[in-house]
Amino acid sequence: MRQRSLTIVTSLLTAGALTLTACGSRDSKGSDSGETTVVIGVDAPLTGQNSATGLGIQYGVQIAVDDANKNNTVPGVTFEVKALDDKAIPANGQQNATSLVSDKKVLGVIGPLNSGVATSMQQVFDTAGLVQISPSNTAPELTQGKNWQTSKKRPYKTYFRTATTDALQGGFAADYTYKTLKKRKVYVVDDKQTYGAGLAKLFTANFTKAGGKVVGTDHVNTGDKDFATLVTKVKNSGADLLYYGGQYDESQILTKQLKAAGAKIPLFGGDGMFSDTYIKTAGASAEGDLVTSVGVPVTTLPAAKDFVATYKEKKYPGDYGTYGGYAYDAATAIIKAVGKVVKDGKVPSDARRQIVDAVQNSDFDGVSGHVSFDQYGDTTNKQLTVYQVKSGKWEPVKSGTYNPAS
Amino acid sequence: MNTLPQQLANGLFLGSMYGLIAIGYTMVYGIVQLINFAHGEIFMTGGFGALTVYLYLPDGTSMWIALPAMLLGGVLVATLFALGAERFAYRPLRGAPVLAPLITAIGLSLALQQAVFNWYPDAKSARVFPQLPFGPYHLGSLRIQSGDVFLIIVAPLCMTALALFVRGSRTGRAMQATAQDPDTAQLMGIDTNRMIATAFAIGGVFAGIAGVAFGLKYGSVQYDMGFQAGLHAFTAAVLGGIGNVYGAMLGGLVLGLAEAMATAYIANIPGMEQLGGQGWASVWAFVLLILVLLLRPQGLLGERVADRA
Repeated sequence: MRQRSLTIVTSLLTAGALTLTACGSRDSKGSDSGETTVVIGVDAPLTGQNSATGLGIQYGVQIAVDDANKNNTVPGVTFEVKALDDKAIPANGQQNATSLVSDKKVLGVIGPLNSGVATSMQQVFDTAGLVQISPSNTAPELTQGKNWQTSKKRPYKTYFRTATTDALQGGFAADYTYKTLKKRKVYVVDDKQTYGAGLAKLFTANFTKAGGKVVGTDHVNTGDKDFATLVTKVKNSGADLLYYGGQYDESQILTKQLKAAGAKIPLFGGDGMFSDTYIKTAGASAEGDLVTSVGVPVTTLPAAKDFVATYKEKKYPGDYGTYGGYAYDAATAIIKAVGKVVKDGKVPSDARRQIVDAVQNSDFDGVSGHVSFDQYGDTTNKQLTVYQVKSGKWEPVKSGTYNPAS
Repeated sequence: MNTLPQQLANGLFLGSMYGLIAIGYTMVYGIVQLINFAHGEIFMTGGFGALTVYLYLPDGTSMWIALPAMLLGGVLVATLFALGAERFAYRPLRGAPVLAPLITAIGLSLALQQAVFNWYPDAKSARVFPQLPFGPYHLGSLRIQSGDVFLIIVAPLCMTALALFVRGSRTGRAMQATAQDPDTAQLMGIDTNRMIATAFAIGGVFAGIAGVAFGLKYGSVQYDMGFQAGLHAFTAAVLGGIGNVYGAMLGGLVLGLAEAMATAYIANIPGMEQLGGQGWASVWAFVLLILVLLLRPQGLLGERVADRA
């Protein structure tokens, strides 16, 4: 009995494998005649932690690809999106990177969302010479190397980003806190991740340099739900602002418990918190909270209006406001690069290498502003905006650039 | 301002939550020596069950009417899942090597998470849970939130009811008999399958109540909320002595207090700045667990386990 079922299982598996092979060969034959398919990979957290902003990236890319196909931006080429879920876990990101690299149709990748995940992927893409553009990574190390404060050195030439770095974001936030809000005593909390801890560190450095005082620090774990003890400490410290380095998942609960504990002080965070989900979950507690985010408000740019309208019309899940526009621009940069390299649907054998160079020379106006990259792969768009929750909505309160020297 | 009373209260509320969930682990372990790793997910389904009831109630229903209905819904859903797990996942494996049901439990846990994630509307990120429309209350320097008021009333009530049931009722005594020796209990005319199902059901009821309490306390429910809560509750059950219902509650309270104290005060000890705070709370909780298990391997209120080998 056991023997026989084993035989059946084996034969089924063999048949399945054969069918799969058959599918594979038919696919490649199909692409020889007529349109060439170019795949743009996406890696972001699509489920669980950070998924609201992660889905915003996936569908931002989707809209860029749909637009390119509709307008026939690259003649003879049909673009497709291949979105993989990294669950905000570095090991998953690396696995996804490996699988994207091995798919010959993938000529560029958008993502990941988390800086910590990016560090695990850069090497894989660099070895394969495949271009990667993150719409959201802000850790300075990713483009300027480990010793970015003293000697900048680009570690991977395949890595680009359309987001500005924490070096600017942390400074901009510290500046706003000290000069505009006139807060002098701040409590700093982070989530111990590459992004959150980095942002908190840079905020602290710039805030103390400006003359402010950090009255306490603490760290939380991602996935934590109970911050009662922490908020009691914050309240007791006499801080007049809580700065949080991390994502919306924790901070939306943190702000709620903070206000419930009777501490009437705003929570200030980075772009990882700039999400509608934050307001939805925190409710009235979110009122008055602040974030810094990259670029000028997406809604103020005329080019972005179509993007936002399409996103809403298609009823895509996730929050487009955070990184959707940057994901759209990142995807457009790759599409334009493909347009320079792939002529008449013919993909040259070193297409990936050529596309890296073409992306480096990107120069166009996207939905989030002007898109071009400096010698480190960082965006030249150094605009930052402070948003504040007013009547249950993120409202831009100040846009500008941060000059570290001032 | 002295924060000690507030921090103790914070720990107590957190601990009551752990204790409610821990009951499920301890009841099931006490009767069939199975660590039901899917219990965290049963707790999660309780939260979503209550949320579903709330969403079906007409808008503007007073929380005084909605809350009992939500409790009922949460308890019902969690109990159904607990009974279903027992009937279809664990009962067929009774008598199988101990690892088989354990692996099944882990599989069931993942399956339940994914099921809610895929099929519950908008459950891919946190869903907002309704809040009680009163509080916070001030008690001297203490500040107590409405969700905590619910916990502090419900948790002792449930514990007392359970203690009376297990000690006083016929079914309770039959359960104890089954836990002590299932074969003899069966020979004495006890339907052991029913007793085991009852243990799962009680765990489900507590998990359902805990699910509602969680939603009220933190303002949202999420498909993966059972994992961390379950892990802590399981730790609480072991700390208190797994298999002992009083131990589960005590273990929960001790664990909650330990986490609160660790978060609040360890960083103030000179030289320990780096080892304190929220990020280290779980580490200290486990240090405590290890210490307790070194000195009392059976847990705080645990019973002898020699004849279980």
